[in-house]
Amino acid sequence: MVVPLYHILAFSGLLFTIGVVGVLFRRNAIIVFMSVEIMLNAVNLAFVAFSRYHGNVNGQVFVFFIMTLAAAEVAVGLAIIISLYRNLRTSDISEIRLMKY
Amino acid sequence: MTAVLFYLFAALLLGAALFVVLNRNPIYSVVGLVFAFMNLAAMYFLLEAYFIGVLQVLVYAGAIMVLFLFVVMLLNVQPDRPRPGLIHPDRWWFGLVALIFVGLFMLLIGQGVRALLTSPAEDAAGMGSVANVGEALFTRFLLPFEIASLLLTVALVGTVFLAKKKV
Repeated sequence: MVVPLYHILAFSGLLFTIGVVGVLFRRNAIIVFMSVEIMLNAVNLAFVAFSRYHGNVNGQVFVFFIMTLAAAEVAVGLAIIISLYRNLRTSDISEIRLMKY
Repeated sequence: MTAVLFYLFAALLLGAALFVVLNRNPIYSVVGLVFAFMNLAAMYFLLEAYFIGVLQVLVYAGAIMVLFLFVVMLLNVQPDRPRPGLIHPDRWWFGLVALIFVGLFMLLIGQGVRALLTSPAEDAAGMGSVANVGEALFTRFLLPFEIASLLLTVALVGTVFLAKKKV
């Protein structure tokens, strides 16, 4: 394993930036959610890289917890999207302005 | 050899992530994200984080993405059509400037990190095995582990409540 750590960190930052661009520029709520998943995974990659290069397993435990959090977040978020779609017939976040109507 | 594979998977992951963000059809985006997560799992394996790699395939590429696919097909989301006037031309300038700033920031951080660490720890063979991660999970991190189970229960109840027909 001869990949330098800063290459992995730079790649992780690049992946995070792609996720940010997706959140900022896409209008479909589901795609915005998937961009958030990309950001979470970029952070996970940085955690695993640090864990490997420091020889410390704690980073991988953190990745485990982030995955748990992501699963919970996706379940609740997609339920909210379905509920919004049922009421407003759209998943376009530029058309969703009211929390309750 | 490991480094070549690592860069290959990194390039594929980058392409898949860009495909997810830039594609107009949500179903293509979901499939692209599954591919991206598979590549990330391969990178975890190359970093010798075997347990996390398996979890990546099972939880992310398996469970979470199937959920996404279900919702996309349930809602019958149509591909986005480009709408003139909704995205102001100036906003792309903002994005470009932000990207340049992020690049400079990463360069700065990279300089510092380069001075700190260059090679992986030598005495870390088998560190990412299920036994090692499980031992840390059930000793030092036992309380957060139990709280995570509580979080999942809350999410389960909340999801059922939100997705009910009549709220």
